[in-house]
Amino acid sequence: MNTDNKNILLEVDDLSTHFFTEEGVVKSVQKISFDVEKGKTFAIVGESGCGKSVTALSIMRLIPEPPGKITNGKIMFGGKDLRSLAEKQMRKVRGNEIAMIFQEPMTSLNPVFTVGEQIVEAIKLHQKKTDKQAWELAVDVLDKVGIADPQQRVHEYPHQVSGGMRQRVMIAMAISCQPSLLIADEPTTALDVTIQAQIMDLLDDLQYRLGMSILLITHDLGIVGQRSDNVAVMYASRIAEKCATKELFKNTLHPYSQGLLRSRPKLGMNKDRLETIEGSVPEPLKFPDGCKFHPRCPLGRDDRRCQTVEPGLREVVPGHLVACWKCPGYGD
Amino acid sequence: MFSYIIRRLLYTVPIVFGVMLITFLLFNIVRGDITDQIAGKEASAETRAEIKKEYGLDKPLFFNTEHKVFSKQFWDSQFFNHLLAAATFDFGYSYNDREAIWDKIKRGAGPSLALTAPMLVGEVSISIILALVVAYFRGRWIDNLTVLICIVGMSLPFLSFILFGQYFLAFKWGLFPVYFWPDLSVWQYTLLPTFIGIAAGLGSNLRFYRAVMLDELGNDYVRTAFAKGLSPAKVLFKHVLKNAMIPIITQVVLAIPFLFLGSLLLERFFGIPGLGYLMIDAIGARDFKVINAMVYISAILFVVFNLITDICYAIVDPRISFK
Repeated sequence: MNTDNKNILLEVDDLSTHFFTEEGVVKSVQKISFDVEKGKTFAIVGESGCGKSVTALSIMRLIPEPPGKITNGKIMFGGKDLRSLAEKQMRKVRGNEIAMIFQEPMTSLNPVFTVGEQIVEAIKLHQKKTDKQAWELAVDVLDKVGIADPQQRVHEYPHQVSGGMRQRVMIAMAISCQPSLLIADEPTTALDVTIQAQIMDLLDDLQYRLGMSILLITHDLGIVGQRSDNVAVMYASRIAEKCATKELFKNTLHPYSQGLLRSRPKLGMNKDRLETIEGSVPEPLKFPDGCKFHPRCPLGRDDRRCQTVEPGLREVVPGHLVACWKCPGYGD
Repeated sequence: MFSYIIRRLLYTVPIVFGVMLITFLLFNIVRGDITDQIAGKEASAETRAEIKKEYGLDKPLFFNTEHKVFSKQFWDSQFFNHLLAAATFDFGYSYNDREAIWDKIKRGAGPSLALTAPMLVGEVSISIILALVVAYFRGRWIDNLTVLICIVGMSLPFLSFILFGQYFLAFKWGLFPVYFWPDLSVWQYTLLPTFIGIAAGLGSNLRFYRAVMLDELGNDYVRTAFAKGLSPAKVLFKHVLKNAMIPIITQVVLAIPFLFLGSLLLERFFGIPGLGYLMIDAIGARDFKVINAMVYISAILFVVFNLITDICYAIVDPRISFK
């Protein structure tokens, strides 16, 4: 894609992150590229273990090292090359320009500090504020994320607030320094369905009000369809398909994406069983040769080329990239 | 909280009673005839009776059947006097030199605490700081090397630390006094034993705290703290350390009663006239009055510090409340 585009906030180019374990090298993320536009939401969707969380942590440079290491690629964020930043500079980016919220709101907050103490800590770290101003701001952001009675809540400990509220607290902490990018790593997975919708609505609203970009990591195609502008489907540490979200649902090209869409329950569906994708996700140390999806692929299972040569991402339709030999128009 | 403490203190009564009953019974079985010890084998029957009377040993153990009333039978017995003495902390006089036991304990407590208190403080703070650092660098050479040194340190017997320190540091190189001497200040004669104690205990302590810190570092809140942009030092010494306080308190507060007992080996080797020395002397000389007092005080301290531990838990962890 066009790298000179001024609307691009985050540009990930050819990123690979590997983990060097005793059993072997786990290639969790391989050569993935995507752009997040200013004020837009980019979704990465895929099953557990496909490398989507590792991608997010790589951008934050929070991969535990050793055993992990970003082995290749460029991460450009607002004109800065994040990979070449000194750790001290990177700390000024984390929580300030890029904030992150996690899947587990129950455990992601520190149990022995109050909600307010944890938000104030982030504020004072990145902004020149007095204690009083920081506490006022903490109350203010709690109010912004829809927590009733923030004056009171700010002095409570995480165990005194419910799961949905804790995720709101995490979001409050994340937006307290007005980041330009919010990475949301499965923000609603651990929550009840009704709370899920509330949290996603909140993120939408905050995005609109603060003008921030969101990198949304999820396994839920429903959320992708409703909440994202662009999407990348990841399978076994690579991007299988990348396009505008509407395009993905209208013109699904990769057999894996097609399988994912087919296996969703639909309203008014009259069936005993949901469709599934045959087989299971390969273990990272035993990735198959060729296209990693071929053993489960209805089209490529018996194809010599699918079994031996791994397809790269190619633009098949303008703005729609796919990595599949069987896709019409992919070419040889 | 106040009612919780009162209730917990009441729970301690049966525990302390049990300790006293057991020590009373045991000492009566193993003590033998103390008149031999005090007056010698050739003492006359009158002298023996006099000594027994002086120490209250002329009375029956539990029930004095001379009296008719049951309560009086109990009150006028050796065991009741034993309880009474304990309750009023009146431990009486040594069988051997007839010195008041309180005076002995008061004299020994100073040197003992001067040795063991800095030892505990030093050991805990050094091992916690090191544990945080090596846990953060887990799997790298600094961590592996530290674990290796810890295992070597744990494998060496305590005695080898004492002998090495006393022979090389004190005797050969003259950096410290070899042995206690009344002219020396407390600092002078406790410095080397303190170092030796810290060095000998560091291995096991460091390994314990390293495991505690590794446990904490795996938690999600640590990732959140890093994602905020905090420096490793802030994450470790603020977020992780406060969460690790429960195991730390358990370890540290329950070690405090043992400070009072002094260090048996160190005091013996360096001739420090502390409570460890007093205890070994008393055991060697079968001075049961002294042993009894030390055991009783230790039991009380242990029970009290157990309570203090529980109160500290609630102070450091908001999820724990008094009930």
